[in-house]
Amino acid sequence: MSKIEIKNVYKIFGEHPSKVLPMVQEGATKEEILEKTGHTVGLDNVSLNIEEGETFVCMGLSGSGKSTLIRHINRLIDPTSGDILVEGTNVMDLDKKNLIKFRRHKMSMVFQRFGLFPHKTVIENVGYGLEVQGKKLEEKNKIAMEKIEAVGLNGFEHQYPNQLSGGMQQRVGLARALATNTDIMLMDEAFSALDPLIRTEMQKQLITLQTELKKTIVFITHDLDESLRLGDHIGILNHGKLVQVGTPIDIIMKPADDYVAAFVKDVNRAKVIKAKIIMLTPEDFKKNGEKQSNIIKVNENDFLDEFLPQVCLTPATVEVVDNDGNIKGYITEKELSKALTKTNTNGAYKS
Amino acid sequence: MKKYKTYLKYFIYSVIFVSVIIISYRSAKPRYKPEHYTDIFKDFSWLNDWPKWLDFPLMQPLNSGFDWLIVKYGLFFEGINNFLLGLYTTMKNSIVDLPWPLVIAIVITITYFASGRKTQTTVLVAFCTFFLGFLSPRYWDKCIMTTCIVVIGMLLCIVIGIPVGIAMARNKKVRNALLPILDLMQTIPSFCYLIPGILLFGLGAVPAIIAIFVYAVPPLIRLTDLGIRLVDKEVIEASEAFGASKKQTLWGVQIPLALPNIMQGINQCTMMSLAMVVIASMIGTRGIGDEVLLGLQQLNVGMATEAGIAIVLLAIIFDRITQSYGEKMQERTQPKKKVNF
Repeated sequence: MSKIEIKNVYKIFGEHPSKVLPMVQEGATKEEILEKTGHTVGLDNVSLNIEEGETFVCMGLSGSGKSTLIRHINRLIDPTSGDILVEGTNVMDLDKKNLIKFRRHKMSMVFQRFGLFPHKTVIENVGYGLEVQGKKLEEKNKIAMEKIEAVGLNGFEHQYPNQLSGGMQQRVGLARALATNTDIMLMDEAFSALDPLIRTEMQKQLITLQTELKKTIVFITHDLDESLRLGDHIGILNHGKLVQVGTPIDIIMKPADDYVAAFVKDVNRAKVIKAKIIMLTPEDFKKNGEKQSNIIKVNENDFLDEFLPQVCLTPATVEVVDNDGNIKGYITEKELSKALTKTNTNGAYKS
Repeated sequence: MKKYKTYLKYFIYSVIFVSVIIISYRSAKPRYKPEHYTDIFKDFSWLNDWPKWLDFPLMQPLNSGFDWLIVKYGLFFEGINNFLLGLYTTMKNSIVDLPWPLVIAIVITITYFASGRKTQTTVLVAFCTFFLGFLSPRYWDKCIMTTCIVVIGMLLCIVIGIPVGIAMARNKKVRNALLPILDLMQTIPSFCYLIPGILLFGLGAVPAIIAIFVYAVPPLIRLTDLGIRLVDKEVIEASEAFGASKKQTLWGVQIPLALPNIMQGINQCTMMSLAMVVIASMIGTRGIGDEVLLGLQQLNVGMATEAGIAIVLLAIIFDRITQSYGEKMQERTQPKKKVNF
């Protein structure tokens, strides 16, 4: 059973969504619906499975319905039809009371424009999820302080959000989402409002946090680089339809249609592919009988461009290790060249 | 389907219109009417001047309805009257009995703490208060009466206005129903509700308080509604996403963030109450307004101006206190950006 299952979800915005639904189900396009009925199709038959402990990135341009989709998972928006199952419970069946309980204990959310409470200090903001649960002040502040430390904001706990820079504000948002210690984290374009340097830094921080916490993260973004960096699986939305779901390498190497192909055309692969994605397992490596000469050690979460220059200068085999130094696999020049060569849009990638 | 509904609507409207005309014709006095209604379609001279039979009878039913109200619910209004009058009298008497320097001292203390220890505002308000009596010793007690009326009127506005504003912000139907009523309250001439006020509550302070309420509550309701609706949608979403109930979101997020707007509404409310006090003096409400009225009746320019200045001073006092209290609130809810790195 997947952690989150989205089954045939339709969302139509307008006055009489249920009347328009059959038209959408029969396959009318978004433009036709808008012209004929004045309704907007937000999501068109979206089905997804998100596994426990993975980072699922949902990508699309603005208006593709990605923010709508993420709001269905905690029912900030109700679907017109379809089911959403979280840990096997159908979210649609929850009544008011249980929905509140569900939001309190099952998932937390990070927002694009941070969604911080301007009248609360950092520590009050971080503790908000616990506050609505009715936790005692001391306990709340203790947990909040831990999370503030985890995101590296010590010393700022009594500041107000608008006294902080954008990156720091989003860290508060992140700490707030961590504070309730829920299994699932929803991140709605969490880093889109930040400038590129801070964004990269935050992405790194999220990856580091994720290796420790192993949460199920649903991440929304319009930035392909970001989705390739963060995602274990990526779903690409176009006009409310899910056009492709796959691993980052699938998306780059085997784009499902022209839309995805146009997306991945100009991506700098070295910057977005992690070592662990293209590495051979030790067994495969031995089978191939490659010689282990001149070894470079890299972390499994490093991106190719971080060790590529070294490989270019001195031909070497790359040994991929995890945080504790255990060997996870190897990368030879063959894998590198395969990962970095542009294929035509038909997807001629063969492994 | 939709078009059909619109036609039906138009049909209903025209039926209502025709029946209203028939009612007006039937209720017109016989001497204004042609001998038989078919004459209307034979002799078209009635198209020149507005015919006297085309006169919707509103005055008579309103009057009889009002009489019925007094007979049936007289006790209820009596109760309201006694309560407000009692409140007013106790408040007024206790302040009038205080020595005037003490009153000034109390005003200074209130201003000082309400404004968040701003010396400038406090000094300004202190001078204004002093000048009320300084202009003319007669004014001192009258200003106290006016203040008591305004304060009670405002309390009434706050107690009723803010919850109504919140209800409006949260429910579109309530807003659609209330907006025309607010428009009506703001545009209808004040004398139109002063007269029933006198009939229900007698002359004096109570009809003035009611008039203040009718006149000053709409801006407070509107600003409360606006303030709550202006709260950033993402912030509300954040609150809901963490599992806050409606009540928690309202008290923890929406009201604190709408507070600057609500305070602005209270400020507006005060200013409008003061404007009303002068008009209320015409129905015998005692206070600084009757000095203006007296000046008007005697064509005494100096007297009217002097009293006018006293009202302006009173307005400044009220405005500064509520305004600076609002600013203090705003600083707490939306702290200014500090550069510290």
